[in-house]
Amino acid sequence: MKSPFNIYLVGVGGQGIGLLSETLLRAADYAGIQVLGVDTHGLAQRGGTVSSHLRLGPGAHSPLVPKGGADMVIALERHEAFRAMNSYLKDGGVLAYYDAQWQPLPVRLGGLLPNESLVVDEAQRRSLQVLRVFNPGLKDPRTQNIALLSEIARLGLVPMIESGHYEKALEDLLPSPLFEINLALLRNGANVPNTTKEKNDEA
Amino acid sequence: MKSLADTLLLPGPFSEIVMGNTALVRAMMEAGVRSVSSYPGSPTPEIAEAIEALPQERRPFRFEFSTNEKVALEVAFGASLNGHLSVVFFKSVGLNVAADTFVQLSLMELTGGLVIVLGDDPGANSSQNEQDNRHFARMAYTPLLEPASPQESYDFFLRAALLSRKRRMPVILRLTTHVCHAKSRVNFATWTPQGSPGAPLFSPSRGPYIPLADSVFPLKRRALEKLRSLTEEEELVTLNRTFQNGNPSQGVITAGLPTLSLLDVLERSPKKPDILKLGLVHPLEEEKVASFLACHEEVKVLEELDDFLEQEIRALAQKRGLSVKILGKEDPEEWIGEYTPEKVGGILNRLWPEMVPEEPFSEARLPFPNRPPQLCPGCGHRSAFFAIKRALREEDITVADIGCHTLGSLPPYRVGQVLLCMGHSCGTAAGLSLFNESRRVVAFLGDSTLFHSGLPGIVNALFNKHNFTLVIMENGTTAMTGHQDHPGTGRNFAGPTERIPLRSLLEGLGVRSLREVDAYNQNELTKAMQEALSEEGFKVVIAKHPCMLKLTREQRRAGKKRKAFAVVDPEKCSSLRTCLREFGCPSFQETGDRAEVHPDLCIGDGSCLSVCSAQALSLKGEPSPQEEKP
Repeated sequence: MKSPFNIYLVGVGGQGIGLLSETLLRAADYAGIQVLGVDTHGLAQRGGTVSSHLRLGPGAHSPLVPKGGADMVIALERHEAFRAMNSYLKDGGVLAYYDAQWQPLPVRLGGLLPNESLVVDEAQRRSLQVLRVFNPGLKDPRTQNIALLSEIARLGLVPMIESGHYEKALEDLLPSPLFEINLALLRNGANVPNTTKEKNDEA
Repeated sequence: MKSLADTLLLPGPFSEIVMGNTALVRAMMEAGVRSVSSYPGSPTPEIAEAIEALPQERRPFRFEFSTNEKVALEVAFGASLNGHLSVVFFKSVGLNVAADTFVQLSLMELTGGLVIVLGDDPGANSSQNEQDNRHFARMAYTPLLEPASPQESYDFFLRAALLSRKRRMPVILRLTTHVCHAKSRVNFATWTPQGSPGAPLFSPSRGPYIPLADSVFPLKRRALEKLRSLTEEEELVTLNRTFQNGNPSQGVITAGLPTLSLLDVLERSPKKPDILKLGLVHPLEEEKVASFLACHEEVKVLEELDDFLEQEIRALAQKRGLSVKILGKEDPEEWIGEYTPEKVGGILNRLWPEMVPEEPFSEARLPFPNRPPQLCPGCGHRSAFFAIKRALREEDITVADIGCHTLGSLPPYRVGQVLLCMGHSCGTAAGLSLFNESRRVVAFLGDSTLFHSGLPGIVNALFNKHNFTLVIMENGTTAMTGHQDHPGTGRNFAGPTERIPLRSLLEGLGVRSLREVDAYNQNELTKAMQEALSEEGFKVVIAKHPCMLKLTREQRRAGKKRKAFAVVDPEKCSSLRTCLREFGCPSFQETGDRAEVHPDLCIGDGSCLSVCSAQALSLKGEPSPQEEKP
């Protein structure tokens, strides 16, 4: 039997991991894929790591993605991306991240900044596909989640989910005019600076 | 946008992707629940969020956040006595608070039925322990059902409600964190709105309801009889399911989420054990369990946290004279943490290596820093801890309580050195101040926790003339669990209510030494602390500032935008890093040379400005003022 496609999503409380995860969950459902998910809630949301697990396809029972068992890591922050790559991503998997940097406490208290060359070497050694998205033109940091999703959709990184599925999912989740704003971003991608001045509310 | 209210209010049948907690709300509607009460605590607050999504006039039951779990349970009890199907929900440790009430319930005829939804927290994701509340079910002769998925949460709730109503007894629906928060497509049945509630049915003749001395025994007999005859309920024992894999030698008995982890682990196993999944965890369905034991050579009891089922199953095997080998917990690690697929894989690999091979993955090959939780940008607690720390001596003892302010115990503040449970701080501080002339004691307490269980400790401090300082960290909400109202906010779940003002409450109790300072006013707060600490007796300092996460969200929703943000003047900055390493707002970032403000994080609150001795911090307007126009 073919194994499920496991996605581990991670970011910092307030970055919009919840909306991103729910969009993928519903998009998978629109694509006719059996899907399970689970989010972390509570204490971690106070500036800590927020993660979400998605399991697509038959053969998944627990909603939890095992460590070292993610086919794909989607992250909204650099430190979170690298840590999740380290602990959750399978060899040969995909790391897609928005390169925001919110330094965690140990770094701010004088710890070491992560060494990017280490990451590049590790990605090569483990045959990881790395997608980095960063768009200085984005006016609102709260749309970084959809800017990343736009690239994921454009490159078709999640098997069987097509652009239309993501769009339908977003329509379920966002009220007007936030839906239209995010839809434009989803379609046009991070290549086009976000021209809107609206704020994306937490989902 | 698909509205949650529209979905929940569909006549049905239908299916939708929902969280376990949300599925429960639809189940409550379909079951005809009349009264729901709770106190917020993870992993259950999303149940209330789904209830809140329903417009009040269309909500088919009444809901309240009570002042604590014990009161919430008593509200449910009372409503049930009048014939109304009632539900109470709260987190694992909430049952400790409610225990005095809970243990009596099985003695009572609960006319309307009463379902207790518990959110246990294996893995201590958001709790101070990972207690196994199945023990409470046994202690109080109360049946306990345990679902594994959102679909089962919905299905099992309906069974629990039916059973509770039929047998007029309490029933526990025990969820765990990742069952509450799991999402999947759930099939719902039809919902027909019920008519108005009937006349109050309470009558002492249905009881008796006064357990005193000898009158306790017939009530206890009745409770035991109800429990004993429970496995005659056809509806209920179908929740105990056998998965036959044609394996006469190996079997697994399990329940709840570990079942799903087990099924994941076995996906790639060439040979699988037979599985008995218990949905009715207490009481044990002896016939089914005994016959499962009898047809296997060895049976592993796979259960999260304590060896609750293992002990019952071993006792059953002894009673029936069964020769099956029962494999229980050996290593203390098997009592600890959530039974994730990795954990279950490891346990089975040690037991049956030919069935479950070792997973080669090893974690953390590169050293990346962790991200502990933090007080939010602009949090009044940060400002308070920074100011209070300046008034403290190294040898002083600080007592934390539960809430956002517990995070003060982490670096860089390290204020709060001991923590037990909700509302403990004043009692613990009183004890720490005994036989103690040399080390000053400071207790902390949040405003919601004060109303929950902090008051008895305050009253005791006054009554018994204890000598310590209490700092009330007042942020005007129950912040950690998602900004629920409390008796001091002037609102309840249904709308405006009379506010219980903290200051008058304390004055009314007889607190003589009372200071109230805005937590952003650091110099004044330091001074207030120094003064309070120099006095003898019980002193209270209220460090007050509204929760900024709540406030900024409300402002954003009202269309107001951030007006300013903090900047570091590189000319003035002397790289002392007080802002970064002592004040510790997450907005400050290390550049290598000095601190800089992250524009995505700063909310422009200005609480940091006075912490810089070089006066290098100031507030600046948004970079492009023309964008502020509507």
